[in-house]
Amino acid sequence: MGYAEITLTALPIGQQARVVNVGMQGLTRNRLLDLGLVPSSLVKAVRKSPGGDPVAYKVRGAIIALRSEESRLITVWPLD
Amino acid sequence: MSNEENCFQGIVAQAQTAGAEVGPVRDQLVLDLYRQTQEIARQVVKRQGKKEDFDHKIDDFVTSKYFGYPLMLTLLSLILWLTVSGANYPSQLLSNLLFGFGSHLTAFCQWLKAPDWLHGILVLGLYRCMAWVISVMLPPMAIFFPLFTFLEELGYLPRVAFNLDRGFKRAGAHGKQVLTMCMGFGCNAAGVTACRIIESPRERLIATLTNNFVPCNGRFPTLIAMAAIFLSALVGTANNLLTTGLVVGVVVFGILVTLLISRLLSQTLLKGVPSTFTLELPPYRWPKMGTLLIRSVLDRTLFVLVRAVVVAAPAGMIIWILANVYIGEVSIIGHLGGFLQGFGYLLGLDGYIILAFLLGLPANEIVIPILIMSYLSEGVMVEPSSIEDLHRLLVANGWTWLTALNMMLFSLLHFPCATTLLTIRKETQSLKWTVLAALIPTGVAILVCFLVAQLARACGLV
Amino acid sequence: MNCQHVGTLKVLSKLNQDKSDAVIALAGNPNTGKSTVFNGLTGLKQHTGNWPGKTVVLAKGNYRYRNKIITLVDLPGTYSLLANSADEQVARDFICFGNPEATIVVVDATCLERNLNLVLQVIEITPRAILCVNLIDEAKRKGIVIDFPKLEALLGIPVVPTAARDKVGLAALKESLHQVVFEHKQLQPLSIRYQERIEVAVATIQREIEPFLRGKINSRWVALRLLDGDTTLITEILNYISGTGPDSWEQGSNELKAVKCYE
Repeated sequence: MGYAEITLTALPIGQQARVVNVGMQGLTRNRLLDLGLVPSSLVKAVRKSPGGDPVAYKVRGAIIALRSEESRLITVWPLD
Repeated sequence: MSNEENCFQGIVAQAQTAGAEVGPVRDQLVLDLYRQTQEIARQVVKRQGKKEDFDHKIDDFVTSKYFGYPLMLTLLSLILWLTVSGANYPSQLLSNLLFGFGSHLTAFCQWLKAPDWLHGILVLGLYRCMAWVISVMLPPMAIFFPLFTFLEELGYLPRVAFNLDRGFKRAGAHGKQVLTMCMGFGCNAAGVTACRIIESPRERLIATLTNNFVPCNGRFPTLIAMAAIFLSALVGTANNLLTTGLVVGVVVFGILVTLLISRLLSQTLLKGVPSTFTLELPPYRWPKMGTLLIRSVLDRTLFVLVRAVVVAAPAGMIIWILANVYIGEVSIIGHLGGFLQGFGYLLGLDGYIILAFLLGLPANEIVIPILIMSYLSEGVMVEPSSIEDLHRLLVANGWTWLTALNMMLFSLLHFPCATTLLTIRKETQSLKWTVLAALIPTGVAILVCFLVAQLARACGLV
Repeated sequence: MNCQHVGTLKVLSKLNQDKSDAVIALAGNPNTGKSTVFNGLTGLKQHTGNWPGKTVVLAKGNYRYRNKIITLVDLPGTYSLLANSADEQVARDFICFGNPEATIVVVDATCLERNLNLVLQVIEITPRAILCVNLIDEAKRKGIVIDFPKLEALLGIPVVPTAARDKVGLAALKESLHQVVFEHKQLQPLSIRYQERIEVAVATIQREIEPFLRGKINSRWVALRLLDGDTTLITEILNYISGTGPDSWEQGSNELKAVKCYE
């Protein structure tokens, strides 16, 4: 494959990716897991807010906005 | 029992060891759960066509880099403009009706040969205060709320939070604070309760302490009235468009103050790093218009009427007594107003205004009626029954555009009403934070009004 | 960070004082129209009570169906029952320790996959669950078609499609609930399976924990939670099975706890 793992923050809008790792611990991690952000889930960057941050992602059919503080701890494998 | 408990704890410890051996249990559980939901959904859900893209298109516009902010401002202005221009006529109608009935009550009292003081307390105090609150507060709120509820039910508010989150992040606050502020438009006590949606205690407190900078139900009509008076004093005319613009400006100023104070709080009293932020942007849903209209109008009407009876009526009685019991040459209210005059002047206001805000602690709705009664107690002006009358009364009592402007600012920024403070006490379970929730806004209000007044006077504008 | 919600039973004991034939929990993700279902069933007669320990407003309401009075408890909207937030903990505690006669899970038809996560977690705790697939009008508008009989077969619990805003399907929901609660309709909910190494570990813990639970709580579920290291649950279970009654739940003032959360 021509892609390498990147952070979710670096995922361009409109592109889909597969979650590789959710790099945080404890409650924060568990809350993201609850929303369906589990390793191997599909995630798609949908839109940026007018200020560029947060960014909304489509996860398992729902649109969830994350700040860059969270998304940069999540690594993903971009898909075509 | 304790033996059993030990045994139980033993199993717990054993389970924890087992958990550690298995690896990241939670990940695996959630993954397996989702694998099964995915499989079920694959078997039972079919999609026809690509109709779901509609939401996407709306969001492209609503959260766009160029249109996102202007749209929010436009919607706010539109709602306020409809409120300002729509409320005039019904307000006047209600006022004529209620004050007309008041004259009948007076006639009735005369026929009964009721003593003057009784007529004063019941009709001039209690009844008129209630009549004022109802005629001034009810129409704007009965227009504002259905419109606002429409946006709320449509799913627009989370988008506002999405758009504004960056500012709140910089202020060390939570993006969901925007949602609590939106609730504050209805009632700050409700806004404070809504702060429960913020999980992190630090950010919840920031939201609680600053919720008051959003003008509530009881202050909006005051702001609208004051905006009209300010404009007619400054430029000689007050059309609905200008009034709306000014009120929008005041609301935006309140949001900026919220951000500033949130930032100050997170750098001082409530230090800390922002917690996790996840916000769902739910699908848009077209509200059921009939239910929405009936419920929001009824809800608001009931809200205003209850406040009028529970707070305005007793307040009206007390104020009338204060305004009509004389100590020496001056009424009690005159003494109090005189005592506060110096302080009021420093803030570009006067003693009676400060007194009205203090006595208006139970509810912001009664600030203007109190003020009117205080002014009336001094002279022989007629009871004002319209904004124009009110303007004449205020000018006769030395008001300038500065007074109207600072009245708006003070109303926007000052301490929360008693109900809100009680709610803050209940929600925070802390006297310290409740006191701060009153002191911080009051400090801001005094500072801002003082600076504006001094600046205006130094530049010779007044 | 995570405030303990003691006093759950205080609300429960209040519920029991009411004259009611069955207490039903209403669970669901946020934004699924759960409150609309609640209002639709109770006919707006709901009375909002504060859950002791803040964070959550708990609504309670009644309706009468076939001469039975049903008390409906509207739980806070949550994505899961894994107790990652105060809301989730309250919802979990109610379903687990509140002994509701049945739990209705309201899901959004337009977002079924994600919502099913909570459904699976509920049927893991209790077999007496009913699925209410709400917002079918929205789903139709968006071109989403759901095979309800198949969903019912897969999950093993009654599935009722509704459009609560238009009162569509609410009668069927009442009837379905009546059958589960009063006619003891047997349900065979789907059993959720995990990876082999988890199943092995769970089986061991389940065997050991079984005698302590005295059949009061689903032992497999408790074993799963213990394996997951869910510490919030341990005290609750101890109190619950020791059967010292509601009083033991109210030890420690809520106010103190809440202050702790803030300071």
